[in-house]
Amino acid sequence: MAVDKNLPILIVDDYKTMLRIVRNLLKQVGFDNVEEAMDGSSALTKLRESRFGLIISDWNMEPMTGLQLLREVRADAKLAAIPFIMITAESKTENVIAAKEAGVSNYIVKPFNAETLKSKLQSVLGAF
Amino acid sequence: MTPSNVLAEQKLLRQRIDAAHAEAAQPLSREEVGDIVREVLTTMQGDLSAQDLGLYKELESLARYIQHARREIAAIRPADIRDCHLPTAHDELDAVVGATETATFAIFDACDAIGVIAGGIDGEQGVKLTEQITRIFEACNFQDITGQRITKVVKALKHIEAKVDALVAAFGESALGALEADPEPAGDAALLHGPQLPGNAINQDEIDRLLASFD
Repeated sequence: MAVDKNLPILIVDDYKTMLRIVRNLLKQVGFDNVEEAMDGSSALTKLRESRFGLIISDWNMEPMTGLQLLREVRADAKLAAIPFIMITAESKTENVIAAKEAGVSNYIVKPFNAETLKSKLQSVLGAF
Repeated sequence: MTPSNVLAEQKLLRQRIDAAHAEAAQPLSREEVGDIVREVLTTMQGDLSAQDLGLYKELESLARYIQHARREIAAIRPADIRDCHLPTAHDELDAVVGATETATFAIFDACDAIGVIAGGIDGEQGVKLTEQITRIFEACNFQDITGQRITKVVKALKHIEAKVDALVAAFGESALGALEADPEPAGDAALLHGPQLPGNAINQDEIDRLLASFD
């Protein structure tokens, strides 16, 4: 089944430049229905208010980190099934393991390019 | 003794204990340490052995070492580091993050404008142009990475600040401040300030007005 390119996507990052980069790169690969949040708690509020088909989040945020956001999402029965991609500069093995244990769907290390984003989206959502 | 007398006596006793604590918390000078050593040795008059003299020498060298360490620490002026150098470093690093963010957004805006133009170009040229815009967006990852690295440096500076604070508290601010301040740079060296933080400098219009005022 083809991926719905109108899939609502929530991107979470405390750097406005990263939000714009991810938004632009998503647009380049065909996804234009994008919402933004600049911290974990406002992301949770948006997730509980509207329906999203994918979450793309930074890890290194305060006060709620991307990992904590992931755990909150996975602990909420209504949100638990949403695919969650972590985009982060945290590139130690222990980070990847912790994210995997928390239920991350895929993991992108910064800096990244459009091709990497596209391939991770395909692995999470299916070919498009 | 009435209960009020007991309370008054307890209060007096508490004040004496507090005063004794405050006195005991004051760092000793080299002279005071020397006096104590001499007093101890005086009580041993007539019984001084070679071992006692060795102990005396050890104590004296310890006092000298403490005094030297204190002078060395005072010479690096930890209060200045805490009050001036570290806050300045924080401000400068914040300015780096702010400036790179502003520049990155300017690049994004230019890319968006080029993207609109690329959309109006048919065929391969338009596609190639759009691909290059994507490359520029990818390259702008640097701003986030730079920001995170600088945040790490700021955290390290805060750690140093806490340690310096503890050092100043331990040695006493007035004792460390007693040394002469470093001489201010003079001549051309005094004119080298580097880039200024927003609000600390005058802008081009003000410079133009200033130059014009000399005419």
